[in-house]
Amino acid sequence: MNPTPPLLSVRKLRVSFRDEHGHGAEAVKGISFDIPAGKTVALVGESGSGKSVTAMAITRLLPEHGCHIAADSEILFDGRNLLTASRRELRRLRGGDIAMVFQEPMSSLNPVYSVGEQIIETLMLHTRVGRKAAYQRAVALLKEVGLPTPDRKMSSYPHQLSGGQQQRVMIAMAIACEPKLLIADEPTTALDVTIQQQILQLLAGLQKKHGMAVLFISHDLELVGQFADEVVVMHHGSIHEHAPVQQIFEAPQDPYTKALLRCRPHLAQRPARLPVIKDFLGDSCYFEPPQRQRGYQADDRVILEVQGLCVDYHSRHGWFGGRHSQRAVDEVSFTLMRGRTLGIVGESGCGKSTLGLALMRLQQASVGRVLFEGEDMLALTPRQLRDYKRRIQIVFQNPYASLNPRFSVAQILTEPMLLHGIGCDAEERLQLAGDWLEHVGLPRKALAKYPHEFSGGQRQRIAIARCLTMHPEILICDESVSALDVSVQAQVLNLLQALQDELGLSYLFISHDLAVVKHLSDQVLVMQHGRCVELADADTLYAAPQHPYTRQLLDAIPQGWPHCIKPRVA
Amino acid sequence: MPHTSTTPPAAQHHHNSLTRIGWRRLRRDRIGFSALCIVGAYLLLALAAWSGLVASHWQDEVAHPYAPPTLFAGAAPHHVELNAADIDAADRRATSAAALDSSGATGLSASEDPLAADLAAAQQQSAQYRSTEQARADSLPLGADQRGRDVLQKLLQGSATSLQVGIAGALLALTIGTVLGALSGYFGGLLDDLLMWGYSVFTSVPDMLLLLAFAAVSGRGIGTVVLVMAFTSWTGTFRLMRAEFLKHKGREYVRAADAIGAGHGRRMFHHILPNVSHLLLVQFSMLTVALIKYEAILSFLGFGVGVTQVSWGAMLAEAPAELLQGYWWQMLAVTLCMSLLVTAFSLLSDSLRDALDPKVK
Repeated sequence: MNPTPPLLSVRKLRVSFRDEHGHGAEAVKGISFDIPAGKTVALVGESGSGKSVTAMAITRLLPEHGCHIAADSEILFDGRNLLTASRRELRRLRGGDIAMVFQEPMSSLNPVYSVGEQIIETLMLHTRVGRKAAYQRAVALLKEVGLPTPDRKMSSYPHQLSGGQQQRVMIAMAIACEPKLLIADEPTTALDVTIQQQILQLLAGLQKKHGMAVLFISHDLELVGQFADEVVVMHHGSIHEHAPVQQIFEAPQDPYTKALLRCRPHLAQRPARLPVIKDFLGDSCYFEPPQRQRGYQADDRVILEVQGLCVDYHSRHGWFGGRHSQRAVDEVSFTLMRGRTLGIVGESGCGKSTLGLALMRLQQASVGRVLFEGEDMLALTPRQLRDYKRRIQIVFQNPYASLNPRFSVAQILTEPMLLHGIGCDAEERLQLAGDWLEHVGLPRKALAKYPHEFSGGQRQRIAIARCLTMHPEILICDESVSALDVSVQAQVLNLLQALQDELGLSYLFISHDLAVVKHLSDQVLVMQHGRCVELADADTLYAAPQHPYTRQLLDAIPQGWPHCIKPRVA
Repeated sequence: MPHTSTTPPAAQHHHNSLTRIGWRRLRRDRIGFSALCIVGAYLLLALAAWSGLVASHWQDEVAHPYAPPTLFAGAAPHHVELNAADIDAADRRATSAAALDSSGATGLSASEDPLAADLAAAQQQSAQYRSTEQARADSLPLGADQRGRDVLQKLLQGSATSLQVGIAGALLALTIGTVLGALSGYFGGLLDDLLMWGYSVFTSVPDMLLLLAFAAVSGRGIGTVVLVMAFTSWTGTFRLMRAEFLKHKGREYVRAADAIGAGHGRRMFHHILPNVSHLLLVQFSMLTVALIKYEAILSFLGFGVGVTQVSWGAMLAEAPAELLQGYWWQMLAVTLCMSLLVTAFSLLSDSLRDALDPKVK
């Protein structure tokens, strides 16, 4: 028996939700784990695995209505059962001994109070200090989390800070009262890769300095590997594996853990087909597929050539104010070969999505030429454009927003055919729609369903099928797999690859994730502040990045366990 | 090219469209569903009255004036009906009293009466006709008005008029508001500025004043009332739809529609409109309630439906004079009938808002 009891121990936690019909669904199925004082435990799982529900149960933030925690569940914090604690006790603990950092810093901070005000409020609620002392302490905290000019930042409002700075403020608020346990729920998911690394380093440093225990919740096993002492892998509400981080990465026992580790694209290799979860859960042994060679070849034919493309955003201030314009895409040029993939990477706000929209003329370009097989698309009249629009299509990032919720799948898939006169009557179009649906791996009977009846990955398949109905030649994938879980992401990437092999599609693959881009791209274009900073063959670019920004991006990719950033205590 | 298989196109199973989910949610909402039933019953009655199935003889004078409701036949204030003999007797009494007072100086002799000849002719003619005394009821289920018309029948006919005015007015207002709001929100720019200016001018005039001004200019009748109310009440819907279209036009599904080549009209009315239709439905039921009340006010003030028609407002307009004499039943019947419908409609609006909101799932 361990002489020092763990700081937090979750015992047989069982949480179920009741929907409007009264059917119960168990989100957490009797899990138990401990968090020792001063250690970092990571809770890893895909969406719907119950990891966030667990965190909410610990802080008792679950909705009272429609949510049921089994009677024999226990969450012991310092020997006290949180599930039976009074509201008074909970209020003292939350923000005091237990602090939380959430995924979306913008929506977690109150927009009408200054940053300083919000930290001072936390301090004065939980510690017996005067306003003046609280102010001093708040400045010190902002300094500790690495905000430049903390004095000035005290009077800033959340919208005046960048996403990374907002998250630093959230962390400052969390550590304000020297908590014993910090719960970080996907704290870096909404941030850019380079910022993500900084926040992680900050968290690791603070954890060591203050001797806090951290419960780190994430969907990204690689990220967790850099930071955690122990890893708990959750799937469908139960724990699949709970082991020290080294064992998880070097000798994973559970097939699901193995699958999670493998289905994310790696920089070092490029299999012809990504492994998916199913490959590991079956009885049959998984065989490594051959590696795929990428890069433009000498005999490739050019399908799209972009020359000096610029896009400006205009804004008008009042009726008589001057027009302000901001350049979102600045002099970008590249060529896309038929049947090849051009990856476009960059952080948020770098203009990569605007570039994609401008190519489709969904956003007006200011200067430049877009030559589609020699024809300048930007100079076409709307009537001439119609036919070109069919040949260049886009798959958006958010599969929940890009399908009209009031349309059935049949309507969604037949509408483009109707508009472009493909198929002679409604019946034939329905037939074709069913064929395409089967093509992207969905059953034909899904035609009668509505978008909300599908999961994220399935919806993205429908969005891809919608593009395919028009027989496009170029497909722009604007962060098309970014909103998906890693295992689903692997399936969609495999689908995209299979479609390219079969139909000879050319892809413009826009993403912030360098590993995914490397997996799918022949050439890669790196964008920063609207400009193209580097354009090279994928293998060349990743092996020998020329531009410092490219190197910075590559360094920021989570490398998993062997590249631990945390100085360990011997 | 996808392979063409020979399986028949997917049978249209009853899958869960958002509308169907909303309907199911409304069914489960006990208050909302009862409100829907009440509104439905009113609509059926109004339809029956409008098509002449019931209450088509509402103008017949079937009872004694101010015949009390059957249940309160004894408790009602006593109504004295004067006939010609009573008047003559009273007249004689007055004349003799006057004669006593002023020694006959003011009375006219038969030769001086300028109407004497006409009166005699009229009396002769009246002898040619046979006057039949119609049997008149002493009491009616909901009583009678001053001319002895059945309040129940008037009520049914009035419901038909009021609902017709309310619903037609609401539909027209909704159409104006939606089309203008959609154009304004979707296209923005100069068109938006122009429409917003128009809107501001319209809303800067007090509603009631505008309503009365329109009504005073355009004469009486159901058609006028509908037009007047539609022209004054589209503004709320306009603002709502403008905001919704502004929000939705940037959504990815609308961009996706643009990408597949859908034109502006298709994007506006085929893609966006169904996604805001739940708001329109709620707006419709709220507008109907408001317009039914407006109609009552207009008719009460004498700008409403014509004299040959009856509506709740017209019935209420008779109430002040009746109440003075203690005949309360017409007012009570209209008030109860109207508040039941208005309450049911309001509750239905609330339930619809909850049931149809796609965000709450």
